[in-house]
Amino acid sequence: MIQRIDRDLNRFRQVVRGIVKKELRKFMVTGELVGRQGRDYVSIPIRQIEIPTFRHETRRFGGVGQGDGDPGTPIGQAEGDGKGPAGDAPGDHMVEVEVALAELARIMAEELELPNIKPKSKDVIEAEHGKFTGIHKNGPESLRHFRRTFREALKRQIASGAYDFAHPVIVPIKDDKRYRARRTVHAPETNAVIFYLMDVSGSMGDEQKDVVRNESFWINTWLRHQYKGVVTRFIVHDAEAREVDEHTFFHTRESGGTRISSAYQLAADLIESECPPSEFNVYLFHFSDGDNWGGGDTQVCVKLLNERLLPAANLFCYGQVASPYGSGAFINDLGGAFKGIDNVVLAEINSRDEIYDSIKKFLGKGR
Amino acid sequence: MSVIEQEQLTSLIGEIEDYARGYGLDFFPVIFEMLDYEEINMIASYGGFPTRYPHWRFGMQYEYMQKSYGYGLHKIYEMVINNNPCYAYLLNSNQIVDQKLVIAHVYAHCDFFKNNAYFRNTNRRMMDEMANHGNRIADYMSTYGRDVVEDFIDVCSSLENLIDPNALFEPDERREETASEEVSPARDVARLKSKSYMDPYINPPEYLEQQRRAMDEARANKQFPARPAKDVLRFLIEYAPLPNWKRDILCMIREEAYYFAPQAQTKIMNEGWASYWHEKIMTQKALSASELVDFADHHSSTLAVHPGHLNPYKLGYELYHDIERRWDTGRFGKEYDECDDIARKAAWRRDTGEGREKIFQVRAIYNDMTFVDEFLTEEFCHEHKLFTYSLNERNGRYEIADRDFRAVKEKLLFQLTNLGHPFIGVVDANFDNRGELYLKHRFDGVELRADYAKATMEALYRVWTRPVHVQTTVGEATVVLTYDGSTHRERALSPADAA
Repeated sequence: MIQRIDRDLNRFRQVVRGIVKKELRKFMVTGELVGRQGRDYVSIPIRQIEIPTFRHETRRFGGVGQGDGDPGTPIGQAEGDGKGPAGDAPGDHMVEVEVALAELARIMAEELELPNIKPKSKDVIEAEHGKFTGIHKNGPESLRHFRRTFREALKRQIASGAYDFAHPVIVPIKDDKRYRARRTVHAPETNAVIFYLMDVSGSMGDEQKDVVRNESFWINTWLRHQYKGVVTRFIVHDAEAREVDEHTFFHTRESGGTRISSAYQLAADLIESECPPSEFNVYLFHFSDGDNWGGGDTQVCVKLLNERLLPAANLFCYGQVASPYGSGAFINDLGGAFKGIDNVVLAEINSRDEIYDSIKKFLGKGR
Repeated sequence: MSVIEQEQLTSLIGEIEDYARGYGLDFFPVIFEMLDYEEINMIASYGGFPTRYPHWRFGMQYEYMQKSYGYGLHKIYEMVINNNPCYAYLLNSNQIVDQKLVIAHVYAHCDFFKNNAYFRNTNRRMMDEMANHGNRIADYMSTYGRDVVEDFIDVCSSLENLIDPNALFEPDERREETASEEVSPARDVARLKSKSYMDPYINPPEYLEQQRRAMDEARANKQFPARPAKDVLRFLIEYAPLPNWKRDILCMIREEAYYFAPQAQTKIMNEGWASYWHEKIMTQKALSASELVDFADHHSSTLAVHPGHLNPYKLGYELYHDIERRWDTGRFGKEYDECDDIARKAAWRRDTGEGREKIFQVRAIYNDMTFVDEFLTEEFCHEHKLFTYSLNERNGRYEIADRDFRAVKEKLLFQLTNLGHPFIGVVDANFDNRGELYLKHRFDGVELRADYAKATMEALYRVWTRPVHVQTTVGEATVVLTYDGSTHRERALSPADAA
């Protein structure tokens, strides 16, 4: 009985999926979905889907009610925000639908034509797991396999004629005992670590940080879909770099100058000490307004990238967010230094509208 | 459900059925089914029918219902289907006292279905019919493709309120008559009989020529349809160029729309009637002392009033009580109506005792509109604190506008007229002599919702396959909305054209 509605429910979910897909660009640009994700689901606000019919414009018309109150007593808020011409947008009701993160990532892949990430190399990253699937004759009592032990004892007692059908008592001896044993399984490692690096010098404003937050939401969604375990690390920098938690990352604001090499240095140290590329797929996303200190710091950055970061990373992406203060020279410097290098992607994000394209650019490499 | 509960319930049902018959309620046999909340939500999503055609909007309904049940916002205690036998679904997690209440409620609904005049022509085998529709549509889906069929159902659903609820009562002769008018009259001008040498004098050629021209002109100007077609769906079924399977789907959608129309026409009366009787049966017969508090709690939440909403249960319930009281005490008739002494009216007492008889009569021959029109009195309006509300544009809030009896009644009647749908009919199916469809919206002071109107016109175009026009009123002006298959246009009509 329940199956019939499941069929219609699935159809409805497909309809919703179609809407999300159609409005994906809008969601990316406005950042509406940021902060709405749970562990496995994102709750997406969409307009209530209604079948259009000829109907009255009743918003202004009102109706009949019952109860106390003098004329002028408010009884409720009109639907919609009351701004703009009434009823121009189809359906003022907003409803929230839950879409699995994995589904959202698939929609992203279809819309942005993202390739799946190619495995680094089959045997480069491999992890050992232990699984208790074997049986041994020796082992700790805590791993004793009760059923197997019982069976062995039963077999032995029946074979030796010690089994009494009227009084069935099974007493295992040492030879009967069986223990679970650990077997080593080699499985390709599917962990990834994403380093977000951001310039928090005075020239990066809230608008710029919002863009970064929005980008990071979509990057996380995508990479979570591609890897089993994804760890995110956050590094902020002005003239100095430090690792922070996610909240601080998006809310901190410093006033100092900018020395990008400090962040690259810290990232490189962290990778080497905690996230070796033999165990992790390393992703680096750096956002800045492109204003770096003079005095040869850009050369230091290029050197760090060349020698320490790029060999370790699957992908290094640099997004340059336009700000009224930045000179924006850094992207050109990088562009000059890393022309034709496969795992370096550079994108300029001059306005919110360009978020969509930059994500496509970042993730379109399939690395 | 355990066996004991099953038995207890069966005996409860028998007991309450006896009470209901004892009060004079008259119903089809009722089949009760116990469902859990998922099942009841599913059946509710299908409009009460266990088997219907597949469509995504049922899934949408279900999703919303499951969610709001999950968050504790909404719970369906029972559902009754107008069918012979009547089907009633009860939620199996209801407590015994709730089950008693809803069983009594159900019997009153069934009585209403059977006896109210507006249900007279509904299909009492709708359960089977809906299942047949489901099968036919599933067949079409396997032949023409699921997406194609579902897409066309979307189109039809967009038009499903373009029916004429009164058509259920139109005698067949009148339909015949409209049909016969369409047969074209004699092709040539009638001649008087004459000998050949007298013919030029008796039937002068110039006169014949003139007559012929007038006839041609009349034929060219002849409106089709001759009378505006209110039942737009029927008109489309008969005249739109549709392949058979699409025509069949449109027929099914129309049939279902007509089946549901009387329920929408009698929401207040039907729910009021059921609430009236569940209360009577419970308080006078079925209730045991220990259940009183639970009953009172449930009953009062059924009749609860939220500001800004008119609870149809409450309104109907109170109106029946009011009618019963008035007809018991003789507060009706010419003498009472014409009395303008408030004190005398308030103390009016004539022991007529016709109250019970009157409400049975009312439930048989009225619908919500006539019910409210006839029995919502000024005294009632004040006693029950009815008001009208409207939007305050400045702060986007709804505010109480008026407590004036006439304003309340007018607004309420407007909402009940034509099921609250706008009046839209086909006036010309050969507009501009180009086979375009011209519809007219009868403006009653409330505009059409523009975005929905556009989308609906797109659906109309899909059926008619030629440009579609809708004449309506926006602000002060009469305008014609046009959709030609690719773009929407809007032009103002001069007052002369509009007439």
